Amino acid sequence: MADATSLLSVRDLTVTFPTKRGPVRAVDTLSFDVFPGRTLGIVGESGSGKSVTSLAVMGLHTGAEVSGSVTLDGRELVGLPGRELNGLRGRRMAMIFQDPLSSLHPYYTVGEQIAEHHRVHFGSRRAAARARAVEALGEVGIPEPRRRAGEYPHQFSGGMRQRVMIAMALACEPDLLIADEPTTALDVTVQAQILELITRIQQDRGLAVVMITHDLGVVARVAHDVLVMYGGRAAEHAPVDALFASPAHPYTRGLLDSLPRLDDDDDAPLRAIPGSPPSLLEPAPGCAFAPRCPRAAAGSEEERARCAGERPLLGGPDGHPAACHFPAYEGVAP
Amino acid sequence: MTTTTTATATATGGTTAAPLLSVRDLTMTFPGRRARSAPVRAVDGIGFDVAAGETLGLVGESGCGKSTTGRMIVRLLEPTAGSVSYDGRDISHLSQRELKPLRRDLQMVFQDPHSSLNPRQTVARIISDPLMVQGSSASEARGRAAELMDLVGLIPEHIDRYPHEFSGGQAQRIGIARALATGPRLVVADEPVSALDVSVQAQIVNLMERLQRELGLAYLFIAHDLSVVKRVCDRVAVMYLGRIVEIGVKERVYAAPAHPYTRALLSAVPLPDPAAERSRERITLLGDPPSPAAPPPGCTFHPRCPKAQEICRTEAPLLRIAAPGEARQVACHFPEGS
Repeated sequence: MADATSLLSVRDLTVTFPTKRGPVRAVDTLSFDVFPGRTLGIVGESGSGKSVTSLAVMGLHTGAEVSGSVTLDGRELVGLPGRELNGLRGRRMAMIFQDPLSSLHPYYTVGEQIAEHHRVHFGSRRAAARARAVEALGEVGIPEPRRRAGEYPHQFSGGMRQRVMIAMALACEPDLLIADEPTTALDVTVQAQILELITRIQQDRGLAVVMITHDLGVVARVAHDVLVMYGGRAAEHAPVDALFASPAHPYTRGLLDSLPRLDDDDDAPLRAIPGSPPSLLEPAPGCAFAPRCPRAAAGSEEERARCAGERPLLGGPDGHPAACHFPAYEGVAP
Repeated sequence: MTTTTTATATATGGTTAAPLLSVRDLTMTFPGRRARSAPVRAVDGIGFDVAAGETLGLVGESGCGKSTTGRMIVRLLEPTAGSVSYDGRDISHLSQRELKPLRRDLQMVFQDPHSSLNPRQTVARIISDPLMVQGSSASEARGRAAELMDLVGLIPEHIDRYPHEFSGGQAQRIGIARALATGPRLVVADEPVSALDVSVQAQIVNLMERLQRELGLAYLFIAHDLSVVKRVCDRVAVMYLGRIVEIGVKERVYAAPAHPYTRALLSAVPLPDPAAERSRERITLLGDPPSPAAPPPGCTFHPRCPKAQEICRTEAPLLRIAAPGEARQVACHFPEGS
């Protein structure tokens, strides 16, 4: 992962929220790169820090303390004044969310909302911006874009609204698209359409995409590289094939094993991971996954103490690091 | 009728003499939201059986009527037409008073464990309430609640805690314990795992399967996740816009879907396997599921169907046997493999 070609480079990103019960570290020393024309999938469960990461990259983390570095094309974003960030947000990097209805203004037509976006960033004239909005709606597969541009968000179905959000995100031709659970609220047949659309647009434009999801199937379909997060930290980072073929972290292995799958005919009980995702209010001193980890449980007393007491750092082979004291690498006894 | 014998007899076809649950021509019409808007037919004349000890999966996308169906079966809703027979008795229009003894047998598990548990009641109260409604004494009910907590994998010592002190998966266990309190024979589970974290879903699926084996429960398992349904069900019914488009044993429906909608639905599910994802053939449907307030004429699936012909636009296909010698039924003019 050479820094030279990466579009977005995140180093030691840490996001802390002050709460009544003390500071909560939602993201903890996270590093990753996103490359043009490639999709990074960030996978995690609730509280893993995946969404907070995306908000922090976009500078949308209200009330949180952010440290570390986020650079877009070499330019540092952490600590950048709001005015300068506004010039980049929506222009160079855009974001789409899970619930498009709450991201759209109910009182303005979708055409006006996309056009406004274009006028702000390019200072274009009303008519030109309007034409661009219609064009953008057409590009994302909305039939009769000219007529639909004059309609309000409530007149669109869930899938069409998400297309509107994608049209808005792409109207200013950004280099980076962050999609935070973009298909979670959609039906499976509509999800397939939206994933296909995102993939097509990425290939056409060489866009760098960050796809945040809890669904390993979505990751398998669209991602080139995958970052697995657990308890605010990176658990494992690998190219998509390596991650699914030989997961090194016991959490990744556990997730894959616990999934019911359409393509397996085995009716044996699912291999569930015991327990629940950790609370960020009381972080464990050692590995966040240790209390649920079969590898830790099977270890010697010394090994168990290490998992419970010492925080594992991201390490291992280049291109497939894992944050585990006893990672399961191919050919290496775990 | 004993639970054990019928379970095996009807697991394949669901056509044996006296099923535990029998639904016929079930219809639910909701009045339009405004005075002049048309009524919405959320469920449109569906029928199926559930045998004792069996699991029937009910799958479909949002708005297909699967949850409304579940609610009519436990009589949280009164059907507009058709019948729901439990143990041979039509319960579709019974009064609340007449329903009370049946509530013992028919229970429900909801999607969102936290919003379906009263935040101001302790677990003891939540689980023992149904027992006390059915006439148990407070101390008896509390003792049974502790037993049930143990049964569903919760620590009985936590009986005086409140729902917010439990994680999502544990809260769903409380919801399941409450449903099991009165010793039901049929549990309607409406999306019981879809609000849970991926790593916790498998725990609840395994729990429900174990409870079924131990207690001889029948489930109507309502879900949009086809992978989960494949795991837990014996038979599966696929719904589209208020109607069943395909119903049969899961092995057949999943391996050789006969309805084009079932095929598309299965091919849309992302598999957690990048190599399989790259090589598989995917049928991407155009458009969105239509609104049940304005269903298309003929076969309601025809505007999205890759195989639609003239007849599909005018004539609604009936549910009929898909292939000779098979119990599976499909509602399509041009089913696959025929």
